[in-house]
Amino acid sequence: MSFTSYEFIAFMLLVMILYYVLPKKCQWPLLLVASYIFYAAASPYYLIFIAATTVSTYLVSLPLSSLHKTQKLYLKENKANMSKEEKKAYKASIKKKQWRWLLLCLFFNFGILGVLKYTNFAIANVNGIFNTSFAFQNIILPMGISFYTFQTMGYIIDVYRGQVEAEKNPFKLALFVSFFPQLVQGPISRFSQLAPTLFAEKKYDHKTVSFGLQRILWGYFKKVIIADRLLVAVQEIISQPNEYTGIFVVVGMVFYAAELYADFTGGIDITIGIAEVMGIKMPENFERPYFSKNIAEYWRRWHITMGTWFKDYIFYPISVCQPMLKFSTKCRKVFGDNIGKRIPVYVSTIFVWFVTGVWHGASWNFIMWGTFNGIIIMISQELEPVYAWFHSKFNVDKKLWFNVFRIVRTFFLMCSLRIFDCYRDVLTAFKMFGSIFTDWNLPELFNGSLMNLGLTMGDYVVLIVAITILFIASLLGRHELVREKLARKNIAVRYLAYVAIIVAILVFGAYGPDFDPAAFIYGQF
Amino acid sequence: MNKVLKEILKYVAIFAVLFVVLFCTDKLLRKKYMTSELEGAMVEEYYDNIGNNEVVFVGDCEVYENFSPITMWEKYGITSYIRGSAQQLVWQSYYLLKETFEYEVPKVAVFNVLSLKYNTPQKEGYNRMTLDGMKMSAIKLEAIEASMTEDEELISYIIPFIKFHKRWSELSEEDFIYWFKNDKVTVNGYLMRADVKPVDYLADYYEENGKVSLTYDELVKICRGTPNRYDSSKDFGENAMKYLDMMTELCKENGVELVLLKSPSIEPYWYPEWDKCIEDYATANDLLYINMLDSLNEMEIDFLTDTYDQGLHLNVYGAEKAADWLGKKLTENFTLTDYRNNEEVSKNWKEKSDFYYDMKADQEAEFAEKGYLEKFKKTDITGKN
Repeated sequence: MSFTSYEFIAFMLLVMILYYVLPKKCQWPLLLVASYIFYAAASPYYLIFIAATTVSTYLVSLPLSSLHKTQKLYLKENKANMSKEEKKAYKASIKKKQWRWLLLCLFFNFGILGVLKYTNFAIANVNGIFNTSFAFQNIILPMGISFYTFQTMGYIIDVYRGQVEAEKNPFKLALFVSFFPQLVQGPISRFSQLAPTLFAEKKYDHKTVSFGLQRILWGYFKKVIIADRLLVAVQEIISQPNEYTGIFVVVGMVFYAAELYADFTGGIDITIGIAEVMGIKMPENFERPYFSKNIAEYWRRWHITMGTWFKDYIFYPISVCQPMLKFSTKCRKVFGDNIGKRIPVYVSTIFVWFVTGVWHGASWNFIMWGTFNGIIIMISQELEPVYAWFHSKFNVDKKLWFNVFRIVRTFFLMCSLRIFDCYRDVLTAFKMFGSIFTDWNLPELFNGSLMNLGLTMGDYVVLIVAITILFIASLLGRHELVREKLARKNIAVRYLAYVAIIVAILVFGAYGPDFDPAAFIYGQF
Repeated sequence: MNKVLKEILKYVAIFAVLFVVLFCTDKLLRKKYMTSELEGAMVEEYYDNIGNNEVVFVGDCEVYENFSPITMWEKYGITSYIRGSAQQLVWQSYYLLKETFEYEVPKVAVFNVLSLKYNTPQKEGYNRMTLDGMKMSAIKLEAIEASMTEDEELISYIIPFIKFHKRWSELSEEDFIYWFKNDKVTVNGYLMRADVKPVDYLADYYEENGKVSLTYDELVKICRGTPNRYDSSKDFGENAMKYLDMMTELCKENGVELVLLKSPSIEPYWYPEWDKCIEDYATANDLLYINMLDSLNEMEIDFLTDTYDQGLHLNVYGAEKAADWLGKKLTENFTLTDYRNNEEVSKNWKEKSDFYYDMKADQEAEFAEKGYLEKFKKTDITGKN
């Protein structure tokens, strides 16, 4: 059941109606049932994996939480009788037990993810390196497994750290893991953020419901009018690298940037909108990322929940783990304080970006993409003093034109990195990037070739208008939600806007029997 | 209470506005079938002509282009309606007949058997021409289910907007002219063609041999050459025959006489094996089978003047001859009412006749002037049948 299928729209509306019609105590159980139906509709086989993650996490979370309580109680009761060393030793023994439980859970769940997602990638590499011929396995990757695994492992780490208490009701935990709007492509929620509204009993609130519905419509606007329309042209360009070189690679990457943004943010809008209709608050995943002035900022504003997940659960733990601290000390001794203190940070950064690449896909393209992101961020950090000198020398930091330049530069830099995301292998990606500088075919853009990409003049007009609306909405939403602004308008303007967006989606949307229904890009992760 | 009422009114207002806008948009974007591909507008016209049709035809272009109901009316007082459509497949004929019986029960149902050669759904474009015009009902849903190719979706038939919304970029003057209205394109389901395009080589043959009487097989050999050999792949399929059985059963249940008909046309070739199969079927089920190809000379069909597309279909002159012959055959075999003495019915058919002759005169004038008919320019010789 894709978000853009008729079945899903009917399913979503039914769940929303039942949510407010049924007694309040049935609200979260309804969502659990709906989530499992949604997941089973994709394939009943998937249920095995999500249930395994839920059960294993539940079974580990209880002793973890219980050990926290035992420790607290024991220390309270024996406060007077224990020396500082004894307390430390006791805490360490508890921590050790918890660590074992945690490792068990992490190995089990990341093991499932690893086997399902990376077995064939490993086979391909082994075959390539050792000239063997191990057969590829027919493994079906359960929908959204990367998202729910990360979300659930984030929860178990939080329980381990004592930041949240383990959920005692296994069905509530099952809902946290499987909540259907976020199953496909996130956002990756934290238990502490999601649980309070996910399990609370809610009364119908007109404003919340209408805001949620508006956000859903906005998501569909982006997905079916922009993303699914651009998809045709992007596929045409990237599937024929020998045909489309030079300027067409640039066109393809710009189109892909717009498609990816409209697709992913559209999907997240639908997700957050559905939750909002039911009074459930989910974390935002984007903050106008294409207005970023450098790549580090871009990654703070794009797929925010994934970025913070990697930061909180991989980057910080690696940076402060014992081996890394020892390595840091050694580096300082060898290279001096200035350089020595940076090396461990950069090692952690590269590792995190390597993992980010691996998370995005089981191929060297994504690994290269992730690693290059990390390298560029490191170079930017190293060049920070040069930038600071340049800004103060020429006093351009506050100039509009210079900031626009930085935004455009970041946009094209990200477009260049996404080349690895698009083409079938790393070599082709490098080749196509090179062709931008070697194949001077700019005039071909104006000889009607754009009309051969599967888009008509009408499609281009729709895209230009829709992207302009998207751009204006982004600008208007800088300080206050556009929906809040709209809510203050008189009833005629408001309803005219609702009708206009619904009609626009229905008329200009790339859906129906003559369009191939496109899955959400992040749904495959 | 006032607050709740106000909220409800707000929702009602927005849904009303939305409904009106979507209704108008839907009407605008739907394919109109008014200035070309007129076949798509035919099925819908039946609902304005329900009642008192003693003979109902179902089938493909071999019925809706080859028989003039006006001739049958004028010569024999038969009230007939042709529920034909482009490449109408046997299951569509069955469901159209079933739907017809919901509205009226004729004395005779005539099914053109050529479509039995198709055993599976064929093309969405033709399906649309038959199904989109049907009124929504359980029968329509069954017809859709039976007709859909693998790539089609049921929902796009229930809500045609899903299919046609992409037409926003190809809207033409036709879409605005016929936004909220339809022109009548047939006369009781008969799609008139008054243009002429003779069969190849026939004139040369007549010149050499004189205008002699020719059998169907002789005609085919002269005009098209020896037909391909028959093999088992050409046998009528199981699915097609299943629907013929259902049609036979349906007519029996409703007390309607089913006539199996092979309409006069040179192409597609009607194999003797098919003829035998239908003949056996008719005998086994006590049905009348009329193969008009055996009586071309009796009908006086002249493929130099009576066809508009070199023998695939008849033009109005051929359709009048074929209707005259068939009307006689039907009156001989069944007890049909001569409604010409019924004032009310006669008045109604007088209007139809006037419309028919006006259309005929217009087309004749246009053909004389241009050498072709504008409305049919796009769809000529597409092999529709």
